[in-house]
Amino acid sequence: MERDKNFILGVFDDEDVLLDAVTRIRKSGVKIHEVYSPFPVHGLDEVLGYKRSRLPIAAFLFGLLGTTLALTMQFYMMKIDWPMIIGGKDHAAFPAFIPVTFELTVLLAAFGMVGVFMVSSNLKPWGQARIFDNRITDDKHVMAIDLATNAGLGEERLAEVLKDSGATEVNKKSFE
Amino acid sequence: MAHSTTNYNLDQKFEFTAALKKSIMTVLVIGAVVLAIGIITAMMGGHDHAEGGDHAYHWYQRLFANIWINNVYFTGIAIIGVFFFAIQYAAQAGWSAGILRVMLSFGYWLPFAAGLMIVSFFVVNHDIFHWTHSDLFDPNDSHYDKIIDGKGGYFYWPMEKGSFPIFFVIRLVVFFGFWVFFFNKLKNLSYEEDIHGGTDYWKKIRTWSALFLIFFAVSSSISAWDWVMSIDTHWFSTMFGWYVFASWFVAGLSAITLVVVFLKDKGYLEMVNENHIHDMGKFVFAFSIFWTYIWFSQFLLIYYANIPEESVYFVERLESDVYSPFIFVNLVLNFFLPFLVLMTRDAKRHAIFLKVVCSLIILGHWFDFFLMVQPGTLGQNGGFGLMEIGMLLVYASAVTLVVMGALAKKPLVAKNHPMLEESYHHHI
Repeated sequence: MERDKNFILGVFDDEDVLLDAVTRIRKSGVKIHEVYSPFPVHGLDEVLGYKRSRLPIAAFLFGLLGTTLALTMQFYMMKIDWPMIIGGKDHAAFPAFIPVTFELTVLLAAFGMVGVFMVSSNLKPWGQARIFDNRITDDKHVMAIDLATNAGLGEERLAEVLKDSGATEVNKKSFE
Repeated sequence: MAHSTTNYNLDQKFEFTAALKKSIMTVLVIGAVVLAIGIITAMMGGHDHAEGGDHAYHWYQRLFANIWINNVYFTGIAIIGVFFFAIQYAAQAGWSAGILRVMLSFGYWLPFAAGLMIVSFFVVNHDIFHWTHSDLFDPNDSHYDKIIDGKGGYFYWPMEKGSFPIFFVIRLVVFFGFWVFFFNKLKNLSYEEDIHGGTDYWKKIRTWSALFLIFFAVSSSISAWDWVMSIDTHWFSTMFGWYVFASWFVAGLSAITLVVVFLKDKGYLEMVNENHIHDMGKFVFAFSIFWTYIWFSQFLLIYYANIPEESVYFVERLESDVYSPFIFVNLVLNFFLPFLVLMTRDAKRHAIFLKVVCSLIILGHWFDFFLMVQPGTLGQNGGFGLMEIGMLLVYASAVTLVVMGALAKKPLVAKNHPMLEESYHHHI
């Protein structure tokens, strides 16, 4: 079968070399597909030029949904559907609603955030992960460069750039 | 990044310029004038409530209440500086190494606070603390109060109830004595570290911090009962120690943040960047929510149980035209404002948001203490007027003078702190 997603991979030993390499390679006009590392490398997302995650916005909106849902539910139940006098309070005793409102806000914000994260990261149970190199879960950092998006540069040139920036080895990997 | 070279001026001292001193003095003088006008207006004002009641209202009671509010409030901000400093060591925190001296500088207000508190206790005595009246403890007197009599031992033990409140005064003196002692110990060790270096000082400070934290855990709660909760002598709340501590903590964190941001603006503390500011912002944000949580927990249980001797506290405040608006001011300034404004990452990283929010939080928590003290002492004669504004300005500028003066005394950075390098590279 013809494989149409072709990547060139630079393997790095050290995160400081990696950070410099990312800066240098991006400066030379190469577009980096992604960098994989076994542990969080501080400052990596900055040098890669990633935009800030919009996950907090999703969390806020889901939280807001939780707040609205909780308040509507309680007001409907306690005031409209089945009014009861509890402890001599008004049917709609707002302070008593706050703990439930808080809980539902937190619950929906958390679940919503996890859900959005899974969808946006393509983390579905039946999904097939692209493993560029098994050692990214051990002790190597791997920089993947998509050949298609850097068509103007050519494979040899990219390998050269990677080697110059401190990659200990340069490999190729293709996906369907 | 680990390979960048760092060449900060670690011996930099804060220069407390004459111009700055003058502007703080101006605020102090304005405060004093406003206070004086407030006092004169109050003296000239009618004695509406003088007739009939057992305890006629006098204008100076309001002055005393104001002195007490600010005594307790600014003592809290001062001790929180020391507390937060101790927390950094107990938690072995590295990020904060550059701003430790700012926290420490607040402790310099403690000796003044101690003097003011102890002296003013004997002045405000009967006018603030209902339990100081000796006739409450005499079963043959018409004012005999069985509930207060039952609590009398807490103030008067081992002496006779209604005499000299020896137990209370001992606690007052011992708490301040130990707080000042621990502050001096931590401060001196931190300054000695500048001269000799090494990790021994860090270890010593950590030990002393841990001891202080244990002492503060107990004394902060008890001081809240003594100095604030005992004003409403019949009433009690098991949340009160935490409630006062939470209020102090947010106000103290806001004050520390404001001073850090101010010093950054003036070009000091080069190693402090938006990452450190972000962390301070997170603390202010998180503990504003913590305060709200405590405030609401206290309120909800009392509201829901609806037991008269408990709910009277909120009835006094929520049913009163004088105080009920401030309940909402309190919640807006101390919860909704920091919660909504400081929610985003950008707001916590940019000084302008923090300047606005932290200043308003400091005002907001003053209102919190205002609501704790005034209804129980002044009843319907209280309120937020010239006397309140004036006294707040006087105290706030006096504290600022002391803190700024303390910052100018020694280098702004603990230059031999073993985690200073870690602090430079703090990245979040």
